[in-house]
Amino acid sequence: MFQVILKRIAIAVPVLLIVASLTFFLVRMAPGGPFDVDKVVPPQVMKNLNAVYNLDAPLLVQYKDYMLNLVQGDFGPSFRYPGRSVTEMISIGLPVTLELAFYAILIAMIVGICAGVTAAVKRNTVFDYIPMSIAMLGICMPTFLLGPLLVLIFGIQLEVLPVSGWGSLAGDKILPSITLGAAYAAYIARLSRGGMLETLNQDYIRTARAKGLPEHKVIIRHALQGGLVPVVSFLGPAIAGLIGGSFVVETIFQIPGLGRFYVEAAFNRDYTMILGTTIFFSSLIIFFNLLSDIVVLLMNPRARSEA
Amino acid sequence: MKFKHLYIAFLIVLVGCGKSISPVDSALDKQILHFGNGTEPQGLDPHIVTGVPEHHLLISMCEGLTISNPKGGDNLPGVAKSWSISPDGKTYTFFLNENAKWSNGDPVIAEDFVWSWMRILTPSLGSQYPDMLYYIEGAERYYFSESLPLVVLGLLEYIVKASKLSDYHSRACIFINKCDLASDIEDLLNAGDFTLRKDIDSNQFIKFLDDIQRNDTLNDIPKFDKNFIEPKASIVDIIGTWNFSSITPEINFNEVGVQAIDNHTLKVNLRSPTPFFIKLLSHYSTYPVHKETVLAYGSIDDRNGQWTRPGNFVCNGPMNLKSWELNKQITVEKNPLYWDAKKVRLNEIRFYPVSNESTEDRMFRAGQLHVTNVVPLEKCPVYIEEKNPNLRIEPYMGTYFYRVNTKHPVLKDKRIRLALAYALNREQIVKRVSKCGQPAAYSFTPPGLAGYEPKTKIPYDPELARSLLAEAGYANGDNFPTLEILFNTQEGHRKIALAIQQMWQENLGISIRLVNQEWRVYLAREMTGDFQISRAGWIGDYEDPNTFLDLLRLNRGNNKTGWENVEYDQLLELANSTNDQVLRYEYFNQAEKLLISEMPIIPIYTYVRQYQISSDVKGWYPNIIDTHHPKYIYLERE
Repeated sequence: MFQVILKRIAIAVPVLLIVASLTFFLVRMAPGGPFDVDKVVPPQVMKNLNAVYNLDAPLLVQYKDYMLNLVQGDFGPSFRYPGRSVTEMISIGLPVTLELAFYAILIAMIVGICAGVTAAVKRNTVFDYIPMSIAMLGICMPTFLLGPLLVLIFGIQLEVLPVSGWGSLAGDKILPSITLGAAYAAYIARLSRGGMLETLNQDYIRTARAKGLPEHKVIIRHALQGGLVPVVSFLGPAIAGLIGGSFVVETIFQIPGLGRFYVEAAFNRDYTMILGTTIFFSSLIIFFNLLSDIVVLLMNPRARSEA
Repeated sequence: MKFKHLYIAFLIVLVGCGKSISPVDSALDKQILHFGNGTEPQGLDPHIVTGVPEHHLLISMCEGLTISNPKGGDNLPGVAKSWSISPDGKTYTFFLNENAKWSNGDPVIAEDFVWSWMRILTPSLGSQYPDMLYYIEGAERYYFSESLPLVVLGLLEYIVKASKLSDYHSRACIFINKCDLASDIEDLLNAGDFTLRKDIDSNQFIKFLDDIQRNDTLNDIPKFDKNFIEPKASIVDIIGTWNFSSITPEINFNEVGVQAIDNHTLKVNLRSPTPFFIKLLSHYSTYPVHKETVLAYGSIDDRNGQWTRPGNFVCNGPMNLKSWELNKQITVEKNPLYWDAKKVRLNEIRFYPVSNESTEDRMFRAGQLHVTNVVPLEKCPVYIEEKNPNLRIEPYMGTYFYRVNTKHPVLKDKRIRLALAYALNREQIVKRVSKCGQPAAYSFTPPGLAGYEPKTKIPYDPELARSLLAEAGYANGDNFPTLEILFNTQEGHRKIALAIQQMWQENLGISIRLVNQEWRVYLAREMTGDFQISRAGWIGDYEDPNTFLDLLRLNRGNNKTGWENVEYDQLLELANSTNDQVLRYEYFNQAEKLLISEMPIIPIYTYVRQYQISSDVKGWYPNIIDTHHPKYIYLERE
């Protein structure tokens, strides 16, 4: 198994380098620069400004300089926010986004797995139809609709929860976590239902039942391990997606997370910030995919022997 | 059964939380203002940032020589307790307040201003606002001498002298290859008795100038001469008149017209009478910074110094920086050392960078904000309809207009530009489309700006418009090419463009295509002249008609229309060299009439500021520059 991990890490390095290079040239190709504003400054001013950030050097020289700094772990200064390094910005935004993603995935797993397993066990009853219909709705409902809806109900009509913020007012983390977790809960519910249904038809479950084990033990001890494999392999990319895709929720709820930095950097043409966050997110995706593969290997003896 | 318990438990939790006391409610006792501030500021260094959110923060934490009047009108004393102006309007003497202190206790002295202004004029700092100080004698020359190769500067000085232009700003542009003015440089060379060698094209020459290193000296002149300039030209004489000794190593900040007479007297010499100079001094680019603090965290030209961080930050305004959480909030608290601290009633202001308008609206409704930055576009007519008591719609120093590319083969015809302008029903646009109380604009300058009333008229006259179009050879719009309206992607701009498209189609029978682009792409296309008609807006930098009319002068980077009119330029030059305000406005009026009769820009409406404000906020008055100085604001509930 170590070989598998080593191989994956060895592949990750060139992948990241390619991502960095592609992003570098793509952002430079986008029209407009980091210091363009609607009030044009005198050309000499712009020239001086470009000189400060080495933007007047030939592109390939800039590329070489950037890559040399990058392999030393230096993402450079942000163009948009003088005095802030990209590393500092990521380290400010990341804990917030991780916390949000953690709550969201927690909600998604608890709600999703409970609903999915119940639905599988009580197949074709109301306990199946109702949660699965809600799940379908959850998958279809975009966060930019669900978020404001929850805010209108709980924040403005009932006035029980704050409508925005993160860690400033009591309870302000509840609505964003639910909003972000909802869609994933719905996916997990459907995946765990499917996984459980398949497992419950397996011979070893029939054996367990024939031996006279009570139903809850059959499910918890025998069926869950196999039934949740699809959920686990979904979790890896899902966590990476949650962290990278929390932008909408962060905007709706005014949360100072990494997602907002990322998207705003693109609009601001903050070259170093775009590159830094892109490389960072790519590493995260690679890491979580690897992690979920390892867990799947551990959970599934068949896959283990194939590896 | 189990589920029922859970449900009840959930309800108990919710009721237990109860209706929470909103931040706005609890702010009354503590005098904490919750302020929706648009976006995260770029930073807090007054010499580096640009933008409105930064303005709100900096007027609370720092102070220039004057502050803007909360009720509009003339500026009030800031660090300067009084000032005197010489009869010719060119020399200002400021008497500084002896009680003015930095937040670390040091006194604010005249030398602080001299050093700070030198800082913003240091090219390697990369400030985007050095031109705010170009009104000062020698400031522009200092900026250029610091950043241009000396050989180029010498040539520049010579040309400026030879062509009797007082303006580096427009001419210096020629020396930077970004200006695509190859033909212009030839004209200038001729004006100065230069001739380019026949086999050299002017772009090559510009590139050569651009490549000259800063420290190249007189010894490099032969290279310059032989390779580029025709020997028969009176080049020897020219080189003889280049006074390198006066511009080379000797150039220093002493030549700039700002001088500390003593600790509390500052003398400023201006290039020409500048009636709005006092108003410029409340702009953050003219603010002083604390020299020792800045230098403790970097050199004079360090953009990335850490001196603006909480704990390090030292400034001289009514509030102090308390905390700065990126993308979350910035908190400032009352500064007890401020010279007018007894007048300050707020204890704290919390600035929230809420870029999403709908989020901001919800925050206001839930009592998390006292003041919002804007009202969402679609909410504005609804709130007007509902007579929402918190809604404010106030005149603002800005104009929404369309730029016309006068280099375009069809649009270069003035009659067509006028036809386009006369075929617009502006009243319909503001009533039916923008719907947020904006007044229709019939001039480029917003009416009533610093007492200036534009006297221009733009009729809505489809008949006249059609006849103008026919005169230009396109009767009934036949054979008229399809024009494009370029705008940056935003619902409001799209709606207005749609309305205009329809009006032009109906009134003139011409077809229009709408092209929307992401913000930066739109900017790049406008800048390079890659457009036909483009949506634009201009918010004045200072309260004077000049901030608008200056835009369309020759070689101004913000002109972008390609329109050049010598008469217009001369009128503005006259206006800005007189010290008689009545005469000055008369020149402005003539210039503006000329502008509207040529129509390189088509005014559409005058901007308004639309926002929501809690009735608890007192000491907040509407004014055209939308500046609400925090020292007059307090919270009180009737």
